[in-house]
Amino acid sequence: MSGVSQRRSMALDALAKLGSVALFLLRVLGQCIPVLARPRLVIAQIYNAGARSLVIIMLCGLFVGMVLGLQGYQLLERFGSESALGVVAALGLIKELGPVLTALLFAGRAGTSLCSEIGLMGATDQLAAMEMMAVDPVRHVVAPRFLGGFIAMPLLAAIFNCVGIYGAQLVGVTMMGIQPGTFWSQVQGAVGLRDVNEGFIKSLVFGAACSLLAVYEGYHAEPTAAGVGLATTRTVVTSAVLVLLLDYVLTAAFL
Amino acid sequence: MAQANRSIEIGTGLFVLLGFAALGFLTTQLPGSGLQLTRASQSYAVVADFDDIGGLKVGAPVTMAGVRVGQVNAISYDSSVYKARVSLSIDRQYDHIPDDSDAAIQTSGLLGANYIALSPGGSDTFLHGGSQLQFTQSAIVLESLINKLFANFSGSKDSSGSKDNPGGKDASGNTDKPSGKTSK
Repeated sequence: MSGVSQRRSMALDALAKLGSVALFLLRVLGQCIPVLARPRLVIAQIYNAGARSLVIIMLCGLFVGMVLGLQGYQLLERFGSESALGVVAALGLIKELGPVLTALLFAGRAGTSLCSEIGLMGATDQLAAMEMMAVDPVRHVVAPRFLGGFIAMPLLAAIFNCVGIYGAQLVGVTMMGIQPGTFWSQVQGAVGLRDVNEGFIKSLVFGAACSLLAVYEGYHAEPTAAGVGLATTRTVVTSAVLVLLLDYVLTAAFL
Repeated sequence: MAQANRSIEIGTGLFVLLGFAALGFLTTQLPGSGLQLTRASQSYAVVADFDDIGGLKVGAPVTMAGVRVGQVNAISYDSSVYKARVSLSIDRQYDHIPDDSDAAIQTSGLLGANYIALSPGGSDTFLHGGSQLQFTQSAIVLESLINKLFANFSGSKDSSGSKDNPGGKDASGNTDKPSGKTSK
């Protein structure tokens, strides 16, 4: 009997969480337009979330591309069509791996820092102090961070794709000896603007989801050291699950 | 403080520039339909008429002796001669191709993509921008080949079988077996 009521309360909790995230999203979105009047705040956050993630994104992109090159070459060689390696690498990166892996890295690199920063501001009463001075912390702290992440994520994904394709080309052309002309003309023949759009829209959605979860968890973190740590962990876990889930939905929608 | 702000702005600017450059590369350079900036000046165009191009696509390679020398630039249908007109762009470094060369559409591997193979002729004059390849060989469409093969097979079997088998089987009362199989 208690099991049933416990399950019911858990379901209600989940529902309440979903609702509170949605309401928080509306609140942040409402503050996004006024924040654009002070672009300096947003620029600082694009720098934080984007420019400082650049090195890790490029490094990971390069290695993912190179692995795709090696694995794809081995597999395609069996069918005598190793010249299609460029297609495999480019389409795989643009449509799936680029947006998803960038989002996962973004959640780990930028999401955690957003969450712990806001959480620590809450724990040290900075957010409460802002409220006391009639300054809306959502407008001055949360909205710029959300916008910064939202803008940075698609750009990061695009950079990841380019570096990844370069990595695949490095392995395929330089190491395995595929003709560079063949590699690129196969890519140009197979990749359509539609595929690029699909990846771009995915990265937009993932960017919004990861940024929102990070600022939400940070803003609602318990104002203790343990609470901030817990919120940071939750950010990464929920972001990763949500990104993979949304990826399935978006892929199905684009078919 | 102002110095720190400035370096942040420069870093952000660099990042945004890089991001948009990457987006621009993905949207314009990768899709075959996008605008390509690089290869226009380094090649010359040649046309060839084919009876049947099979699965040939824009961007397919053009080879000589197996080495890639160019690619298919455009494919259109010429209704005055009822043929497919294929425009090839050949890299400028390969400018010693006799103008009576033969162009054949071939398939790489059994199920691979189509490409155009040029085999050199014996003429002393060479291909140049705008010239037309006179001798062409259509794509071999595997499906129609298989169809023909099967048509031949079954045609010959039926004609020979109809004389011998049914008569013999009917006479020996073997008709139960086929009907039993079909009911299962």
